[in-house]
Amino acid sequence: MHELAICQALLRQVLEVAEERGTQRIGRIKLRIGPLSGIEPELLKTAFPLVAAGTPGEDANIEIDDIPVRVRCQNCGSTSQALTNRLLCRDCGSWRVKLISGYEMLLVSVEFLDAQSFNKWERTGV
Amino acid sequence: MCDSCGCLGGTDHFHVSDSVVQPTAGGEITVLRGILRENDHQAAHNRSHFDAAQVLAVNLMSSPGAGKTSLLEATIRALGARLSIAVIEGDLETENDARRIRAAGAPAVQITTGNACHLDANMVHAALHKLDLSSIDVLFIENVGNLVCPAAFDLGQHRNVVLLSVTEGDDKPEKYPVMFRAADLMAVTKLDLMAAVGDFDPALAKTHLRELANAAPVLELSARNGMGLESWIDWLIHEAASCRRLRSAHHGIAHG
Repeated sequence: MHELAICQALLRQVLEVAEERGTQRIGRIKLRIGPLSGIEPELLKTAFPLVAAGTPGEDANIEIDDIPVRVRCQNCGSTSQALTNRLLCRDCGSWRVKLISGYEMLLVSVEFLDAQSFNKWERTGV
Repeated sequence: MCDSCGCLGGTDHFHVSDSVVQPTAGGEITVLRGILRENDHQAAHNRSHFDAAQVLAVNLMSSPGAGKTSLLEATIRALGARLSIAVIEGDLETENDARRIRAAGAPAVQITTGNACHLDANMVHAALHKLDLSSIDVLFIENVGNLVCPAAFDLGQHRNVVLLSVTEGDDKPEKYPVMFRAADLMAVTKLDLMAAVGDFDPALAKTHLRELANAAPVLELSARNGMGLESWIDWLIHEAASCRRLRSAHHGIAHG
């Protein structure tokens, strides 16, 4: 269950951003996670509150964009959607494809609940 | 020398901040950074250690009991003086595997992870400082036996080798696509047990690997009776040589 370690890494980044903004409450954390990243989104959502307890991120909603697995065929050039364990070109069946999406593991954005933090941002101009 | 961790530093050093945080409308800050960014920086730092010492770093992964340590013992013995090997051993508990490697004649550092199901770049970095990289050609990082979690963490390795033993079933690449997609070489191990197992089809295992868009070589071998070991040794020698060539060429450009 490496999602716990992933959550810890995620929390450290989120808190780093929160600290730069001087915020006390994080409302929403948006992530982009592909099925081939090796992360199970539901496990991540379950584990995050355990890791974030007692921090400004403890009430955060985790929102995860599901990213489809897409491949570009090096044989016929076509682009198609694929299954995680059958990365094949839908048009010609070739396995000589490049993965163009589905491997993402990104922190997209953090939403803060206290407006004060934004005043601080405007003041410092960081 | 790096002030923070006492190592030799490098351009990809993980302490360097590269904040790309930008404000967007409302109360939202766009970040767009890898979740495992911290680990990735550390991994890049480890890789710069390996490159500076012209060491080929191999992350060895498989399920528990697929024969990682046995393959390493056989490799150390088969290589003799041709390449010098060191091993970082990752296990939840015990020094058993490190002891086996030392008995086979190579230096080994044991990492015990407690309950952690994978190695990360920080653990490997701590272990690196217990090894003399200048006297090593190939460093094996034997990951925790697990076909899921280790795949998500870059350790700074140059190559991933994934083992699949014939006792496990030929559909493992289909069941664990993240791990097998990352393989730079897949070794089918315990070939000596093939007859006893009866229904493992190496060709099918290879097909499943190809269906992950992975063109990696597939070797069939037995650490116990030596079958197929020559191709494995040839691959290692070839990879170590190209790693050295690449690094010394790079070194020449950077400092020549």
